[in-house]
This record gives sequence, structure tokens and C-alpha cells, in this order.
Amino acid sequence: MGNYEGNGIPPIGSVNKKGQVYTDPNELFFLSPRTQAFLTGSEVIKEAVKRASVDFSVAYPITPQSEASSLVGELYADGYVGDYMRGESEFAVMGQCAGGAFGGARVFTTTAGPGTLRAFENFPMWAGSRLPIQVVFTVRGVNSPLSIQPDTLEIAFMLETGMLLWHAETAQDLYDYILKGYIVAEKPEVHLPIGVICDGFFVTHTKDMVMLTPENKVLPHYNPYASPVTCMDMESPPVRLMRDPFVMKSNYISYMTHASWQLEIRAAIERSRKHTIQLLDGLIEVENPDADILIVGSGTAVSQGREAIRLFRDQGMKVGLVKIKTIRPFPYEEIKQATKNAQHIFVPEFNIAGWLAREIKATIERNERVIAGPHVAGGMTMPPEVIVEEIEKSLALRGKKEVIHG
Amino acid sequence: MGKEKIQINEEFWDIMPEDYRDLVTHATYGKPDRGWKDVGSSTELIAEHSLCAGCPESIAFRHILASIPAPEDTVMVGSTGCTSLVFPMVAIHNIHSLFGNQNAIATGLKRALAVRFPDKNKDVIVLAGDGATVDIGLDMTLQSWFRGERFTTICFDNELYANTGGQESGLMQKGFVAKMAPVGKKFEKVRLPEIARESGCAYVAVLTTSKPSLVERVVRQAVLIAREIGPTYLQIYTPCILEIGKQSMEGLQEMRDAEAAGERFKFREFVTPEAQAFIDDMAAKKKAEKLAATAPSAN
Repeated sequence: MGNYEGNGIPPIGSVNKKGQVYTDPNELFFLSPRTQAFLTGSEVIKEAVKRASVDFSVAYPITPQSEASSLVGELYADGYVGDYMRGESEFAVMGQCAGGAFGGARVFTTTAGPGTLRAFENFPMWAGSRLPIQVVFTVRGVNSPLSIQPDTLEIAFMLETGMLLWHAETAQDLYDYILKGYIVAEKPEVHLPIGVICDGFFVTHTKDMVMLTPENKVLPHYNPYASPVTCMDMESPPVRLMRDPFVMKSNYISYMTHASWQLEIRAAIERSRKHTIQLLDGLIEVENPDADILIVGSGTAVSQGREAIRLFRDQGMKVGLVKIKTIRPFPYEEIKQATKNAQHIFVPEFNIAGWLAREIKATIERNERVIAGPHVAGGMTMPPEVIVEEIEKSLALRGKKEVIHG
Repeated sequence: MGKEKIQINEEFWDIMPEDYRDLVTHATYGKPDRGWKDVGSSTELIAEHSLCAGCPESIAFRHILASIPAPEDTVMVGSTGCTSLVFPMVAIHNIHSLFGNQNAIATGLKRALAVRFPDKNKDVIVLAGDGATVDIGLDMTLQSWFRGERFTTICFDNELYANTGGQESGLMQKGFVAKMAPVGKKFEKVRLPEIARESGCAYVAVLTTSKPSLVERVVRQAVLIAREIGPTYLQIYTPCILEIGKQSMEGLQEMRDAEAAGERFKFREFVTPEAQAFIDDMAAKKKAEKLAATAPSAN
């Protein structure tokens, strides 16, 4: 994490005003004892932020993240967060977050569904400005007529923003991804915004068992002077950027500058892989990799897939599973490897578009093996029986019914 | 940031850009009486610009940058428009992010700097055009004032969208024929100064940039009041000579005409009693300092 001495950044081992110790991330994540707690996803967000050395957080009410962002307010009132405010709209909130990050603060916010889309212009700006802001998307429907129900469609809009996107399956993932997300996003060679995604209601509003790191240990303080771009705090010489702003120039140098910066953002996402693999123990998780039939998913669709596998097992059928943890960077190689022996690849999703199936189809060879489904949307749940039924039906259509019934 | 941070290693002196050498040798950093009179002798904050020849906006930039009380600890926030062509050449940390979100950016920035530097004054100044301030960004402009955010908002009012080629804006005069107002603008110029007064600004001023001493006084007050009391707003007429059919040398006269008695940019201020007390206190202190400097020594 570099040496913080001499630049006003509190070093590892020192204590914050709440008596929490700035702790080396590896020690915090892998060596510190964990204690069990039974919490809702919203409460888990609070517990993670409490240990994240957050300087500034902006809140705005939108279901299903309102509780989480209010709880961060309680942390501020208790002195665990440097500053906290309610913005006036998600567009403004993400601007306020950007202002905080430009000024060298570690920033946290949450939003969902229509809020994500209202804020949208900010996300590529964050990435282009190399602001390692963290936003938790508690995803929900974005359709009209008005819906507040669970739906993962909004992730499709986020794919090419230049942000890191990690998709939590469980409350435990959510807790770990929030804390680990800052460490990866703030690496000097990455330094990008990160969206930690969890499925609204399914994760935010249900209680789950979570193993928490100690309350008195927190992430190292963010070091804005390790940023690849200048921190806008007038603590470094204010070099003039250029004589001729590229914005107005219609010439090849201007085009090349913009194109290469876009390439650099994508390269920074690639550079996040090695750090993410180390902290998340790989970008995917695989169960029964040698099975003919594989379920590949992200978020709570994975949990439903696990249940479907159990139902198949009861029938004496072996079905495999691939859990995708990171949407960006997308685990191309890992998925290619994990699916190479499968004959049928099912991608259950909580949205009508099937964006994850498209990503997988674009990744693997012989992509006719991919069956995009089952899909539920608009707030429907996905009982494991729906996955089982989809698989049986599709295989029957493929003339492979004998695979199921042996 | 102290002046020691901008020094150049002797060995690199000859290869550093002239602008930067100028910053080191002529910086008015930390000089309490810096002001418009430094324009010309001290070009460390802005030297060249890429605006049209004779553009009053370039003059306003020079006067403002010469007048801000502590450039060494000031961060500026811009928006999209002609100002965003100048900011890359301004030697003060400045942020451009999106069109219209400048007061949201400034809100987060000011709060982050307050958290990170609790014992230091870090001034934040927004400088954006009238489209950014009043049209696309009005929500965030007003909300920052409602919340009492401690920074200065400066609007370069040229009464149209200049950078995109002269379209109607909310601050355009009624009846003016422009692109997107093909039969003349149908509603009155938005009364943002009055709205600012009612929205919680501690200090509001409307002016042109024709008188540098006035710009200096107003900018200095606005920044210091924002630092100590609450939000401040300056609306400065910077006519787009190109779009109103004037020549390069006619900008100054255009501003003088617009600030005549009864005209829309006649100088006016709204000052809260608290801000007035602060201004009076500053004036009294300055007077006392002058007296002390000129008084015969006690022995």
C-alpha cells in the first residue's frame, strides 16, 4: 500500500478518532478472527462501511437502498464517516461523490434502478477522471409502469462505463466485496470507480449469517497522492494542462488522445485482475466442473442454481455450476476453461434481456451450447424448480431427454 | 500549499516551461495585497487563452484570478462552455467533469477538503457560464445555496450559449432573436440574483468586468464571505461579442453600456447583515493596519 509517511496520511498501525486501528488489508481479510452475525444486507453495508475508513458519503432515498444509506448516516452521526449529506437527485449525488474524490476523499454511496439511470452520465466521467469511488447498486427494476421490484437489468447499462463491477451473491459477498473493492479500486495502476452490485430485496432485505472482521480494525486510509492523476487539493504544483484544450480540436492528435485514454481505462480494468484474483480467490467459483450440464450465473441467480443442482442430485443427476463474481473485469479465460467440457450451459437471470448469457456467448467457443435462461423479471422470484424445468424442457427440445432420465 | 512546494531543482531550471518559471519567480502566493494591479507583471495564474480576440470573458478571467485572496489554497470548478477552453491554461487546480453539475462537484470537493484539512482554509470557487448555472445546472446551483455550502459561485453571463453557437439561454433578454429562439425569446431574463438572495446566499453581486477595481473588491469579498459565513454568488456580464454582432475592440463599451443606470447590469449587491458585519470588520482591520503603518513610532 506504499509508504504514507510525510504526506499527512495516517500510517498502518495508527488509530482513528474512534479508536479503530488502520490495518494491513491482508491481515484484515485473511488473518483477523471473524465473528458471526445475523444481519440484513442493508445492515451488512453499514458494518462494512464502519470498517472502510470512508471520508465522505452521499445519500438519496430510493428503494431498496434507502435503509442502507440511512444507516451510513448513523455511522456519520457516531463519528465513523468523515462527512455525510443527502443529495438532491442521483445525478447530483454522483457529482458530489466526484467532487469528494477529486478532493482526495474515499467516497461511498449507494443507489438502485432508476437512480442508477438518472446518475448515468457520471459513471463514465468517474472512470475517465480515475476516481475510485465505490457505489453499491442494490439493483431493481427500471421499467415503466413504475416498479420497485428486484431485477438485474440495470447492470446491462453499466457494462461499458469503465467501472469495475462485482456482483455479490450473498450478504457475505456484499460485506467482503465492499471492503476488498476499495483495495483493488485504489491500486495506483487501477484507480477506477467500482460498483459493488447486490440484488435488491433478495440480499438487502433478507437476513443472513455473515462473518464480520473485528470492529476495531479498519482499512488503511486512502492515499490520494498515489493516484495516477493529480489530486485537486492545491497541495501539488498546479501545472497548466495544455495550451490547446483537446475538446475543441478536430485533428488526429486530439482523436488519438481521447482514443488512447479510453484504451487506458480498459487497460486499467485488466490490471485489476491480478489483485482481484488474490483477494476474491479467483474471479469465478466452480462446482462439478466435469458435468455435462452447467449452470452459469451471477448474484442470487447463483444461489437458486445451487438449489437446482441439489434437486437434480436428488434425481441422481450431476449438474455443475459456475459463479461469476466479477462482471468487469469479465472472467473470459476462466469461463472458457470452466465450460470447455460442458454440453449444455444454462444462464439463469433476473432480467428479461439476458445480458449475462450474451456476454458468455461472446466469450466461449461453440456458443450454441449456451441456453439463455430461465429468465424472470419484474420482481418475480426464481424458484429452483423453474431452473430445473427450463433445463429439462430445453434438453427435451434438443432431443437429449435421455440425459436427464438416464 | 506553501510556495516551497513549487520550487524548481536548479538543474532543471532551463528545461522547465516558461510558465512554470514564471510561477516560481512571480507567484503572488501568500501576498495579502495581491489584486488586479498584478495583471501584466504577474502572469503565473493565466498567461494565454484560447478565446476569441477581445472576448470580455478573457478579461474577466484575468481580473478574477488576480483578485482571489489565496490562490495557493484555492480549487476551481468549471463547467462545459467557453470557460472550459480557458481552464486548461489556468495554473490553479481546476475540475471539469460534466455540463451543469459544477455546484454538485463543488459541494463534494469543499466537504472533502474540509475533512482532509480541518486546520486550513481551502477555498472553492465555481466559475461557469449562464447555461450551466441557470439552465441545465439550476437545480444543483440552488440546492447548494439552500444547503448553505461554503463556496463562491461565479456566473459568466453572456446571455446565450456561446460555445455551441449562440442559442437561447434562460439569462438571455426577452425578445432577443437567437438560434432556438427564431422569433425572439418569449420570457424574461431569469432573475437569478434575486433568487440567490432568497435561496440563502450571504452575498450576491451583479456587475460587468469593465472596472477591475470593482471586480477585485467583489471577488475578494465573495470568497472570504463564503469561507466564513455561507454561499456567495457573482453574476458578471461577459458579452459574447461574436454572437451579438460586435467587433473585437467593442467589448468594453458593450459592458459600459450594459452597466449604465437603469440597465440590466447596473452594479448591485445583496448583503446579509452578517456578511455586512464581516465586510465592515475587514474594512476596519485594514484601516487600523494602514494607520499603524503610517503612525509615527512610539519612541
